[in-house]
Amino acid sequence: MSVVDRQEWDVVVVGAGGAGLRAAIEARERGARTAVICKSLFGKAHTVMAEGGIAAAMANANENDTWQVHFRDTMRGGKFLNQWRMAELHAQEAPQRVWELETWGALFDRTKDGRISQRNFGGHEYPRLAHVGDRTGLELIRTLQQKIVSLQQEDFKETGDYESRLKVFQECTVTRVLKEDGRVCGVFAYERESGRFFVLEAPAVVIATGGIGKSFKVTSNSWEYTGDGHALALLAGAPLLNMEFVQFHPTGMVWPPSVKGILVTESVRGDGGVLRNSDGKRFMFDYIPDVFKDKYAETEEEGDRWYDDPDHNRRPPELLPRDEVARAINAEVKEGRGSPHGGVFLDVSTRMPAEVIRRRLPSMYHQFKELADVDITAEAMEVGPTCHYVMGGVAVESDTAAARGVPGLYAAGEVAGGMHGSNRLGGNSLSDLLVFGRRAGRHAAEYAAGLSGARPVVDDVQIDAAAAEALRPFSAEAETEEPAGGPPENPYTLHQELQQTMNDLVGIIRREPEMEQALEKLVELRVRARRAGVEGHRQFNPGWHLALDLRNMLLVSECVARAALERTESRGGHTREDHPGMDRAWRRINLLCALTDPTGGLAATDPVRGQIELTRETTEPVRADLLALFDKEELVKYLAEEELYE
Amino acid sequence: MSGYTAHFKVWRGDVSGGGLEDFKVEVNEGEVVLDIIHRLQATQTPDLAVRWNCKAGKCGSCSAEINGRPRLMCMTRMSVFDREETITVTPLRAFPVVRDLVTDVGFNYTKAREVPAFVPPAGVAPGEYRMMQEDVDRSQEFRKCIECFLCQDTCHVVRDHEENKQAFAGPRFLMRVAELDMHPLDAAAESGLDRKTTAQDEHGLGYCNITKCCTEVCPEGIKITDNALIPLKERAVDRKYDPLVWLGSKIRRRSSAD
Repeated sequence: MSVVDRQEWDVVVVGAGGAGLRAAIEARERGARTAVICKSLFGKAHTVMAEGGIAAAMANANENDTWQVHFRDTMRGGKFLNQWRMAELHAQEAPQRVWELETWGALFDRTKDGRISQRNFGGHEYPRLAHVGDRTGLELIRTLQQKIVSLQQEDFKETGDYESRLKVFQECTVTRVLKEDGRVCGVFAYERESGRFFVLEAPAVVIATGGIGKSFKVTSNSWEYTGDGHALALLAGAPLLNMEFVQFHPTGMVWPPSVKGILVTESVRGDGGVLRNSDGKRFMFDYIPDVFKDKYAETEEEGDRWYDDPDHNRRPPELLPRDEVARAINAEVKEGRGSPHGGVFLDVSTRMPAEVIRRRLPSMYHQFKELADVDITAEAMEVGPTCHYVMGGVAVESDTAAARGVPGLYAAGEVAGGMHGSNRLGGNSLSDLLVFGRRAGRHAAEYAAGLSGARPVVDDVQIDAAAAEALRPFSAEAETEEPAGGPPENPYTLHQELQQTMNDLVGIIRREPEMEQALEKLVELRVRARRAGVEGHRQFNPGWHLALDLRNMLLVSECVARAALERTESRGGHTREDHPGMDRAWRRINLLCALTDPTGGLAATDPVRGQIELTRETTEPVRADLLALFDKEELVKYLAEEELYE
Repeated sequence: MSGYTAHFKVWRGDVSGGGLEDFKVEVNEGEVVLDIIHRLQATQTPDLAVRWNCKAGKCGSCSAEINGRPRLMCMTRMSVFDREETITVTPLRAFPVVRDLVTDVGFNYTKAREVPAFVPPAGVAPGEYRMMQEDVDRSQEFRKCIECFLCQDTCHVVRDHEENKQAFAGPRFLMRVAELDMHPLDAAAESGLDRKTTAQDEHGLGYCNITKCCTEVCPEGIKITDNALIPLKERAVDRKYDPLVWLGSKIRRRSSAD
């Protein structure tokens, strides 16, 4: 008999970043009693790290901008693999989502006539990113946080309880989404502070847990990014889509070693920064791919003129989509033209006056000054690629954000797949969070309301199983069923080996034998992770927390490795040295990852089969009126023959 | 690239008590205090409790007191200390300890809820907000706040006087009141809310005697005292002693009571 504390809610949102908070606001405003669960303190989510801005075709900086142009840029950036309906909804709704933030108190930087200022970014045809210096993510999270507080203030006035309709469970981790009769019935979680278990019973769960970057050694992501939501969805029976696409942001810090991977915002290039190799050459001019040849400047002079006269010049190639720039930097370093610490040079000091740099890029100035003793107003930064974002994620219905195959489960933000195709444009993440966070919150609330009295009930057996799984690391030493298994393992060591494996073998440039090696290593790590033991007790014990997060990282890493091995072409965030070209036949193919053993057993240790099964699926053809937004000559580069004449 | 061994004292314990524990730990070039705490976790004390998140000075999670000074561990370079120096890391003193370096910062979330939210102006639709950059500069400065709560920790009004916590919102949330009061489109006044008066009456602005300790520890370099608290005090005082304002507030109160 289970003695775990239970509470009833209508909608549970897992994750309190931009997508989670926006979902919670929407669900609460539509009448659902809503609980938010997050691993960190309220207001600390990874969204605060977003720097550059929110992409939305408001046409404040260039009146020619429309949602159609934004849609087109997004599809090009994703190399046409995007779930096109998501890209359409995103481009259409992003401006309303940004304007709404102003009514909740957000203060964006302004144009001269008092509207929201918009800046240039890679892959965006017009200046499109609403921003606040280079701390846009902080403004977004704070605004949503304060909106939640204002809803709680309203509830307090009415009910005398701030948390009667909207409650944030901070510093709690969800380890299982619970199901009954194939439908969602709640979540199992523990409080990080006390180690106490609890269950939130709810017919609708929105997963908004962000990404997977902590499976890689060099990453811009925080400790929270352990792929929890990806794993929760898999374990609940929902497939993941196109997990091979991982974005390596071209510009992370490379020195000193302890800050390697920390992000250097794309705004540096958007505002005029240039990339140079050790010969002082602006090498990006050598790396403009065919599909973008006519859209980017061919000379430095033209590129420089573009900043002041974008209508009569083409943009500099430093502003190509991120996958292109990351690969170029990687190639330069490999050819021996890198900077002293293995990156390339990113320079604004010769491009803008010092005071403009300090005003437009204050946190970059601060970050380099404090952490690397580099004054970016006087010298160039050293930068190199860093694991930044996963385009793959939970397969969802475009309009409702509902996870496929599991009624009551929704996913929004980075954890959801499809929207960005094979590569995300900068600025499209924050808008994605808002557009699909709102949609997920709305549909979760409607689904919960539609069930009224007929809600699934959580049974004790499931709760006991989840509790036993979570307690396993404490009994690792006393394990008797695997006498030959070996000694207990240190979770920190396992984590480091996993990060090294993914970084070296399934990183920015991929090769078949290396990925096969990675899959073997993942099996070994999975077996050893079953012996991950922890010291101490359940109260705020980071070793225990990491041991539990390892399950998720291992699952997700296998998805990435398996899908990457399967896709024999190079596209967006997936580059195969042994298959360097983009193959039009692959454009129509989605790779879906599902759990090999859907009964939930994690004991599947067969190295050949592993835990993940891949299936191929043909994508839905792009709607004709959306295809008509592109020139035929351009479409030929992406679409297969038969698609063109359908 | 020469590494060395540093001597650390880290407070370990929980509500029932605890003390400083000594550690010898490796330090490499370019590292920050948080790197060293992580190395302790990975190699010597796997259950050492610490909050952190972005490790880039943007989220404000890893606040602690280093050699007695409130700081972010991720932004404190090891190179600022002598190699022979013992580095002492303790939890924020103004808040109750949960475990090791983690404290219960619930006080701040309680205070955040007590500040009435932004009031959108009536009749201005989303997309129609117009504000000049120079009019939002000041509030934007305050919105740089990463809520690390170092200012709340260092402020002597609550640091040594637990009894003041009830009446005093602390620098972070008085600054929030100032931010809203200076927001060009906040319609609080039209809704009958005078933020200057409530700063004084509800959030304890009067307790602040502008010693600027908060400004000194702010990792974002926000001039909390000079730009938020002092101007807010001046505006609150104007309101209190201006007889016309006083009369107006009496009349409005009476008419709304009808």
